[in-house]
This record gives sequence, C-alpha cells and structure tokens, in this order.
Amino acid sequence: MAASKGNETVLELSGIQKSFGSLHVLKNMDLKVNKGDFIAIVGKSGCGKSTLLRMIAGLESPTAGGLYMNGKPVKGNSLAKIMFQDGRLLPWKTVEQNVGLGLKKGSHDKIASLLKRVGLMERAKDWPGVLSGGQRQRVALARALVHEPELLLLDEPLGALDALTRIEMHQLIEELWKEKQFTAILVTHDVEEAVALANRVIVIEEGRIALHQSINLPYPRQREHPIFIKSVSRILHQILGTEKVSPNQEPRKLLEG
Amino acid sequence: MKKRMNSFIPWMVPLLLLVSWQIFSSLGWISSRILPSPIDIFKAAIELGQSGQLFHHIGVSTKRAFWGFLIGGGIGFALGLWNGLSKVAETLFDTSIQMIRNIPHLALIPIVILWFGIGEEAKLFLVALGTFFPIYLNTFHGIRSVDASLIEMGKVYGLKGISLFRHVIFPGALSSILVGVRYALGITWVTLIVAETIAANSGIGYMAMNAREFMQLDVVVLSIILYAFLGKLSDYTAKLAERRFLKWNTNYQR
Repeated sequence: MAASKGNETVLELSGIQKSFGSLHVLKNMDLKVNKGDFIAIVGKSGCGKSTLLRMIAGLESPTAGGLYMNGKPVKGNSLAKIMFQDGRLLPWKTVEQNVGLGLKKGSHDKIASLLKRVGLMERAKDWPGVLSGGQRQRVALARALVHEPELLLLDEPLGALDALTRIEMHQLIEELWKEKQFTAILVTHDVEEAVALANRVIVIEEGRIALHQSINLPYPRQREHPIFIKSVSRILHQILGTEKVSPNQEPRKLLEG
Repeated sequence: MKKRMNSFIPWMVPLLLLVSWQIFSSLGWISSRILPSPIDIFKAAIELGQSGQLFHHIGVSTKRAFWGFLIGGGIGFALGLWNGLSKVAETLFDTSIQMIRNIPHLALIPIVILWFGIGEEAKLFLVALGTFFPIYLNTFHGIRSVDASLIEMGKVYGLKGISLFRHVIFPGALSSILVGVRYALGITWVTLIVAETIAANSGIGYMAMNAREFMQLDVVVLSIILYAFLGKLSDYTAKLAERRFLKWNTNYQR
C-alpha cells in the first residue's frame, strides 16, 4: 500500500540541468517517478529543489536534458497542478470562486464536494482575507485537486503553518492521496514531514541527488516507529553532512557528472 | 445611535464655521461688502433657483465635467492598459506622455481659446487633458504592480489572454485605478473653475464672473460653494465605487 502502484512511469527526468547565468542550480539530474508515488524532495534552501519542481510544472524550462510526462516532452504541464507555499489565492474572489478558477461553468458540484472534503463548505462565500493560514492552504489544495491532476506538485505548502495545523494537513493530504490516487511530489525542508508522507525521499545537494531513500512503512505512519526515526536521522545526517552514508541504498548519484 | 453620531462628526466643523460666520455677519463684524452672510447667500440661491438660472448653470457645468472626464479618463485608461500590458507600447509612448504631463494643462488656456474660442470644445479639451494623466498613470502603475506570483498561478490554472486579464490583472489593478479616478475627479472641477471663469458664457464659473461685474458678492460666494459641493459629491461617488468594488479588501470595509 505504501509502495507505488505498478511500475508505470509517469514522469521521467533525464540529464536535467538548469543554470541561471553562471549559476548552475541543477547539474545532471535523473529521476523516474512511478504512478501513485509520493516523492519528497528535501535539501537546504538554495539547493535547487524548488527550481526542480517549477520545471516539472512547466514554469521553467531546463537548460539541458529531457523532461517527460507519460513519455511526452513537457511543455506547459497541464497534467500537473502546483500548490504554492503562499497559497496564492486571489483576494478578490470568494473561496468557491478561487477553487473554481479556470474551470468550466457548471462545475459547481465538483467545487462543493471538494470544499466539503477539505472541511470548508461553510466558508464557501467568504473572502480569503478572513481565513486562517491553514484554511487558506486547504482552499489552495482544493483548487489544485478540483482539476483532477495526474501529478500534484507541492512547493513547501505547509512551511508557514504552525506545527499542529501542519500535522492536520499531513493527514488530509495523505487521505486525499489515497482516495484520488494521484502521484505527488512534495518539496519541503521538514524531514519529518517528508518521512511521514513520502514513499521515496530524495535529498538534493549542490544540484545533484545525494540520497535516494525508500520509506517502507504503512500509512498512517507512527512517528515513534524505529524505522521512521532511523530514516529521519539518516536523511538529516546526509543534509547536515555529519555522517558518511553507506552507499548500499537504492540508486544514488555521487558527485560526478 | 453611535453610528449616527459618527456620521455627524465630520460635519461638525463646517457647521460651526457656518454658524459663527452668520453670527459675525449679523453683528456687523464682517462687512457684507467683503463677505455676505450665509442667509444672504441662501436667499440668492433661492432667487436664482426660482428663475431657473441656477440649475441651468449647474447642469451645464456638470455636463462638461461628465463628458470631459469620460473622454480624458477613457483615453487615459485605454492607454494605461495598453502600455501596462505591452512593453513595446510602453517604450513607444511613455516618454512622450511623460513629457506632455509636465506641462500644466491650464497653461494651455490661451492656445485653447485661440483654437476653440469659448465654445464647449475648449472646456471639454481642458478637462479631458487634466483627467487623462492621473488615470493613465494609475492604470499603468496598477497593471504593472499586479503580483507576478498571482499571474503565474493564474497561468498554472489555465487562465490566459482575456480570462487572465478579467480574473487576475484587472481586479489586481483596480484599487490603483480607482485612486486615479478620485484624483482625476478633483482635477475635473479645478479645471472647470478656471476654464469657465476665463472663457465661457454659461456654467457656474461664468455665473460667478458675471455676478462680479454687478458686484453681486452673494452669487460669487454661492458659486464657490457650489464647486465645493459638486467636488465633494463626485468624490463621494468615487468612494462608494471603491467600497463596492474593493469590498474584498479589509482596508475598504466600513
């Protein structure tokens, strides 16, 4: 249940590079994402993880390398929807208008059912300005999911929330992921969040994949479980550079390329 | 009760001024040859109202303000949109517009009289020119300052072209545009006052100048008060529009 459903590749990155002027953000990156995967990308700030996500969303194009969605090159990725860190709700539209953004007329039932699912049905007519941070991110989540994306991209969506709200959101995202069976890629700097949600955690360092760790734990995950704790500490050590990691885990890129 | 008090407070100072003005006039401390008393001005208003002259002049002035504002504001809005949305248009037009903007439009009165005489065109031209710039500038600035991350979000969610403009860019620019509208309405009346006193044969400014010839000081002061009143009225209308269109913004909620 935790592992990917089948081995159908949804997204493939091969030899991806991205430079901004003389700054090389991503250096030769390969990654395969299977249908139903929940991938978490962690790394220090400035390591290129958000750039990678924006590239998958079609908001940036790679300097070199290929990016394929269901085997086709990505150009303005309409099969993926991105949920931003700051929510980016339109302040002049009500909650339900925000969720319905870009939908055809007559999608009212779809909007209502998702709003109900994220627990904001009674706030449908409110302005985003009066919602709390957590509620705003729920609206943003509903807005992303109403399009029934094949791939949901989460760009540090919970970074600005308090710890309790974050745990509630983890549960909600996990439930929706199981329910709607989409593939998800989460960029985060919170290692526990990554281990709580993802079946594969990728650590990016200096524009390369430094660690690729599978998490084989059933959902919902117990944070006290020894494997959970071990995984978190292993990833943290990798990020902080406090321990040499033995290279016996999964495909792992060393500093070549 | 408290709400009624609150809406009364802004009017306390004008009312107090009015009452003391009347008292000082009645006591003879202010000569009626310098400043007529409020009651005299009120009487003059009734007299002119009964003869129909008052409403004729108010009507003429309001019509000029309306059309001048509509033409100047309309062109300013259109150019502001165009230059705000297109880098090419901005490069082409903005420098020229900024050059013209630095000429006070009232400085053009002599040449406008030579061009149009004292006909309606002269007043419309001046009002349009005066209202053009604040609306142009604020529309342009409003469009340019729409949050780029919201535009990006709109594109991710499938908005483009007209729908992106309608749902994201225009509402994002609207508060700035409405500031321009309020500012332009103020300029409309200032322009009209000057233009009508110098070159007109109807309108409130003309009424004032005409009264000056006959030493009707009460009518002169009445005209000045009318301008203040009409200016306030149009500002109030713009404020209502702000409240209506920006009701999502907590800064504009009552």
